[in-house]
Amino acid sequence: MRCVRTLRSAMLRDFQRAFRRDLLGDGDGDLAAFTGMAPDQAARRMRIYRNNVQGSLAGVLASAFPVVERLVGKAFFRAAARAFVERHPPTVPQLSVYGADLPGFLAGFPPARTLPYLADVARLEWARIEAYFAGDAAPLDPAGLSSIDPADAAGLTFRLHPAVRLVASPFPVQRIWQANQPDHGTVSKVDLQAGVERVLVFRPAMTVLAHVLSAGDFALVQGIAAGATLGSAAAAAIEAEPGFSLQQALADHFSRAIFTDAA
Amino acid sequence: MDGDPGLTAAPIPAEAGIGLRHPHVAAFLAGRPAIGWIEVHSENYLMPVGPRGGGPRLKQLEAIRRDYPLSCHGVGLSLGSAEGLDDAHLTRLRALFDRVQPGLVSEHLAWSVTGGVYLNDLLPLPYTDEALGVVCRNVDRAQEAFARQVLVENPSSYIGFAGSTIAEWQFLAEVSRRTGCGILLDVNNIHVSAHNHGFDPEPYLDAIPPEAVGEIHIAGHFVASLDGETVLIDDHGASVDPAVWRLFRSALARLGRRPVLVEWDTNIPALPVLLAEADKAQAILDALCPYPAVGHVA
Repeated sequence: MRCVRTLRSAMLRDFQRAFRRDLLGDGDGDLAAFTGMAPDQAARRMRIYRNNVQGSLAGVLASAFPVVERLVGKAFFRAAARAFVERHPPTVPQLSVYGADLPGFLAGFPPARTLPYLADVARLEWARIEAYFAGDAAPLDPAGLSSIDPADAAGLTFRLHPAVRLVASPFPVQRIWQANQPDHGTVSKVDLQAGVERVLVFRPAMTVLAHVLSAGDFALVQGIAAGATLGSAAAAAIEAEPGFSLQQALADHFSRAIFTDAA
Repeated sequence: MDGDPGLTAAPIPAEAGIGLRHPHVAAFLAGRPAIGWIEVHSENYLMPVGPRGGGPRLKQLEAIRRDYPLSCHGVGLSLGSAEGLDDAHLTRLRALFDRVQPGLVSEHLAWSVTGGVYLNDLLPLPYTDEALGVVCRNVDRAQEAFARQVLVENPSSYIGFAGSTIAEWQFLAEVSRRTGCGILLDVNNIHVSAHNHGFDPEPYLDAIPPEAVGEIHIAGHFVASLDGETVLIDDHGASVDPAVWRLFRSALARLGRRPVLVEWDTNIPALPVLLAEADKAQAILDALCPYPAVGHVA
């Protein structure tokens, strides 16, 4: 029988740190001594908290990354989530922001090495989560730009809608994502050798959308996102894709409502 | 943060309400289910990205809020944290309250944050003088940051501490007395903890100052058998247990009419099932306490 420790001498802060160590897997089980219960009963009751914490956080990750879960299977995902939770527990009491570090974690997770595209699919899923929770902003009306002298247009800078995200991968991540949607009727094969895919994620109203961009178009939006003028973003676009049409790209982006301001 | 000019705080009526969860949001947007009020978890509606944040989820809540009084129930403030409250989190919550104008704001007598890590559970406190001081300081800080009263809910728990020197019911009553916070009395939690720790729930109810109680929670729990020991797990995953309905009646006999909320968070049923559970609570309210409380201020 272990001696029962009282908390009179232990500061609340130290107790909470010990509790956390016990919950996240690197505890020494010493917490049982604080409870005054028989050791086996205390261990059993602590297991309820451990299961609650680890199980609920794994569930949060599974709902944020349903395609990753589908690609690796539930059992693998649960084990990976457990390892992630222990190494990267939430730092903000707001579950909608939990999981930002999962793509990077998966990229360096040895058991996932056989799926080299997995981390990029996770990045795409996280971009969609960020887009969903991003702020609202009124789209820029292209008619407002008609008074601008074409000679000055090259000097314009645009502000992107807060939901816009860009994801580029050496793998066809958007096709992988699409093929793994619950409503995607037939099982279709995705050719992993199909090459680079560059995805624009945006949310014009209530629904998150994604569109695969050409190399030039991606360079354009990347430049605009970095604060470049239209002229220099367009130059980068043409360098990435010699046949790039700026006019067509801008028309498409206005219809997607990804700009909110021009200056 | 600009509030919707059309939204002003609507008090929570002393009727039955339900916890609004994501699977039922579409039904609330499409029609107006018959229910007196709704409660949401505050942390599900904060703005993680950008100053104007929120996006679709907050817009939906604002639309529903126009038709129903709303209570904001927090799960992440960690009133029991020895290291105090997180200013950034207080600010985010205040922005949400300014925007959706809840009739009630509540949190738990528990902790979930330590050393900058959020553990996503309502963890138990040792009930000591030190913890009492910590909780009172944190409640004062929250009420100051929100410029309003907060209701503090009694937790469910699976372990107690040898070093506790104060009974939970006395601890909660004392927090309310010292800080002026209200009490959210969760009768399912009392039932769960009474079983798990082997105390009698009735003296618990006797110790709670009735005038402080601004809301009652009821919910289902799970009866687990762990290595031959029966432990009640507070999973909010079933209909309300008959023993909890009995304790609810006991509570109403002492407190009088109060807003009562049905929580259902796991194995979430179809909306009509949840509304039927709220109808049961409403029928008990109407039968036991047909008259509104007079002079109640919590």
